Amino acid sequence: MKFAVVNFPGSNCDMDLFYAIRDGIKQEVELVDYRQTSLAGFDGVLIPGGFSYGDYLRSGAIAVHAPIISEIIRFADEGKIVLGICNGFQILTELHLLPGALIRNEKGRFICETVTLQVENTDTPFTNQYQLGEQMRIPVAHGEGRYFCDDKTLQELKENKQIAFKYTENINGSVDRIAGVTNKQKNVLGMMPHPERAIEDILGSDDGLKLFQSIINYQVRVNN
Amino acid sequence: MTEPTAKQIKDSKLYQQWGLSESEYDLISEKILKRLPNYTETGLYSVMWSEHCSYKNSKKVLRKMPNKSSRVLAGPGEDAGILDIGDGQAVVFKAESHNHPSAVEPYQGAATGVGGIIRDIFSMGAQPIALMNSLKFGPLDNGKTKHLVDEVVAGIGGYGNCIGLPTVGGEVSFEDCYENNPLVNAMCVGLLNKTDFKHGTASGNGNLIVYVGAKTGRDGIHGATFASDEFTDTKNKQRSAVQVGNPFIEKLLMDACVEIIDQHPDWVLGIQDMGAAGLVSSTAEMASKAGSGLVLNLDNVPQRETEMSAYEMMLSESQERMVLCIKPEFETEVLDFFKHFELDAVVIGHVTEDKQYKIYHQNKLVTDIPVDSLTEMVPEYDRSEVAPARIKADKDYHFMPVINSLSDTWLDMLQQPNIASKKHFYQTYDSQVRANTLVRPGSDAGVVRIRGTKKAIAMTNDSNSKYVYLNPFVGGQIAVMEAARNIVASGGLPIGLTDCLNYGNPENPEVFFELDKSVEGIASACEKLDTPVISGNVSLYNEYNDEAIYPSPMVGMVGLIENYDNVTTIAFKEAGDLIYLIGETADDFNGSEIQMLQEKQIKGDLRTLDLDQEKRHQELVLKAIQQGLITSAHDISEGGLAVALSEASFEKELGFEIKTDLTSTQLFSETQSRFIVTVKTSDKDKFESLGSEMHLLGQVIAEPEFKVTTKDDSVVIDAKKAAKNWKEAITCLMK
Repeated sequence: MKFAVVNFPGSNCDMDLFYAIRDGIKQEVELVDYRQTSLAGFDGVLIPGGFSYGDYLRSGAIAVHAPIISEIIRFADEGKIVLGICNGFQILTELHLLPGALIRNEKGRFICETVTLQVENTDTPFTNQYQLGEQMRIPVAHGEGRYFCDDKTLQELKENKQIAFKYTENINGSVDRIAGVTNKQKNVLGMMPHPERAIEDILGSDDGLKLFQSIINYQVRVNN
Repeated sequence: MTEPTAKQIKDSKLYQQWGLSESEYDLISEKILKRLPNYTETGLYSVMWSEHCSYKNSKKVLRKMPNKSSRVLAGPGEDAGILDIGDGQAVVFKAESHNHPSAVEPYQGAATGVGGIIRDIFSMGAQPIALMNSLKFGPLDNGKTKHLVDEVVAGIGGYGNCIGLPTVGGEVSFEDCYENNPLVNAMCVGLLNKTDFKHGTASGNGNLIVYVGAKTGRDGIHGATFASDEFTDTKNKQRSAVQVGNPFIEKLLMDACVEIIDQHPDWVLGIQDMGAAGLVSSTAEMASKAGSGLVLNLDNVPQRETEMSAYEMMLSESQERMVLCIKPEFETEVLDFFKHFELDAVVIGHVTEDKQYKIYHQNKLVTDIPVDSLTEMVPEYDRSEVAPARIKADKDYHFMPVINSLSDTWLDMLQQPNIASKKHFYQTYDSQVRANTLVRPGSDAGVVRIRGTKKAIAMTNDSNSKYVYLNPFVGGQIAVMEAARNIVASGGLPIGLTDCLNYGNPENPEVFFELDKSVEGIASACEKLDTPVISGNVSLYNEYNDEAIYPSPMVGMVGLIENYDNVTTIAFKEAGDLIYLIGETADDFNGSEIQMLQEKQIKGDLRTLDLDQEKRHQELVLKAIQQGLITSAHDISEGGLAVALSEASFEKELGFEIKTDLTSTQLFSETQSRFIVTVKTSDKDKFESLGSEMHLLGQVIAEPEFKVTTKDDSVVIDAKKAAKNWKEAITCLMK
């Protein structure tokens, strides 16, 4: 598989994601500048964490006007893999490719911590290598990571099995402890925690590896 | 506003308001220029001759510190120092204080402190890889201090998190003397391919001076002068002297500078950060170091505000700006390169041979002075020194704690603000971005691996100003040795250090004594360990209403771990592991946390430090770690053995059972040169054969209990209660 990691001005987890793909699951990966207008030749697009455009105005709000965005929307519409982590998740909700919004943490402070996530749905391209209810240790690092949506949206998320991960302990005040959601079709995932920081034991956890392996597994099935 | 004429400046003694003394002014006008300096020129001299830029009060003292070893590739004098770590790679690091700005505008003061130190690293051609910080405040018993702490911590996190560099450690402490004069010291460590090393010089007639980065505004004018003055009740609101940071621009600037040096080394001849004293300091230093002159045209400088004068532009400390010296044939390439990163880049001048510093503004020559007169001709002062009265008066005072209940004292100690967990602060810093952090904040040192190798870099920031206050020489030695023990306990070999020397007014002979003697202490410890001081900064005039802070040298030490399998943390790993104390324990309570707890003061002298013994203990621990015999290691510092054992037990919620010949009070003694380590039972003989300095204390147990038998008491302490005291104390105080 060949992945694109989109690099916006202010992205700062782009290389972490790059290494997770190249060294962690040993697939092809390229950094793609936000001024590019084509993602032709890629199988999946990854939107990294960081502070695109300094998070000025609102997290992700300025990034959605970058030239590459139309290609990300095309990928989402065509059922191709789109993964947004942290700031990437914020960009995906700004684009309405995912429901809800990320707002300031309940206690108002930035949180950097390794937390426990629970897998809520294994029937997605991102989670098929996990067991339902499996707990994984994944780092978070965000100030605006509190997932918010209205009751009606929450109901829909549940009905459509769009909740991918929940925190076992609600660290930031998210609605229903939600840490990651997919779109209805399940080809777009946004999550606040950083699986790309959990792919080597020496860094404290390799529980994030299976997320990336899931994508490969899914793609192999699709191709066959 | 019309600027005063040269004559008016002389007659009104305006220069004194800017920090130049009468004799300094006379030296400039009579000996150097042989005419009166104009408004702009007087401004340039006043910032360049400030203590902050010139070190005129401290230079003599600073020369006492060793700055050579087989690893040193660059030492003091560059933006940051460089140490060879083999395989064509080097580490680059420096620490810097931002005390005065943080006192006035804590968020921006702290944020720009971080921004400034990062620029010092990438201006050497290095990729910044980690940040640390050392913070000192007044007690957390009032809203003002809590606000200050909150804002400083938020500023540090706000900048580091946004730019995407992990903050992997640091320290926070609280003493009365920092109430109105907090200390904010930040350190940055970078990794350099040796071939990418760039000097901050501007050489070669006709080569171009390029300005890159944020636009210049009126912020931070006279910041360096401001940092070289004291605070008083009436003189503490120089908000305009504080800079405003933009970490987003700095991220672009960092990536661009690292890439241009790595990918296009032939384009760039020299590069320097615009830090304190902005344009004048960076360009004058670059030219002076190269023995060149410069012509600058300020009309080309990107400006954020209208109608800025030459004086304002030259002295502005607007953030996120760099100066490059490039070959003229690459002008288009360089400007296009930065344009791609959406950064302003313009040619603002060129290098000349005449050693003059010439500035044009609106077609007028507004400055024409010898470049060396800004950097090399600053008078050096030999300040007089005298031992503070307290040192003589309290020489024979020996504090002995009184312990009525060992468990109560133990539990009480764990919630002292200087001992309690600082997670409340450091969990707001991203410690893992870049996915290389092997040891996060909360252990003895932060550890970052070098991707693609087995190597890792350990780093720590340490200071204990209470010791330095009681005995500057021994206190200085302790600062270095404690830092070294933290590196060693993490599995690293100490290879060098940077420092921030935070003191009061050096014109006070007692303060100068503290500075001089503590630097001698630092120097002697560095020589013993062969750890040169390769960079650093001096922050003097830390006073409020004539009350000086404690002498507060902060040591930022870096260690090399050849194989990251040797990385060791403080946490006990498994029940059954044997616990050893390395080193001897005596009644060392002067300056200790238990003295503060029981006497609410620090008083008395410190024991002479046996540097040979200290070094032996460090070597023993490092050797045992490298042989794979150690499962955890922890330096014993504030709060003594009791606190060290507790801290080691918390992470994995284990307990311990120990039996010792020490008295109960000695569990809180702060005798130096000690560690606790754990060893698997199967490695007992092998470990004990390494030396004779280890004392078996007992073992790690699965039950959450501290079972302690001393010479005079036997107690069982609830580990969960201990953990709660230690973990929650700061959060509670910050409410």
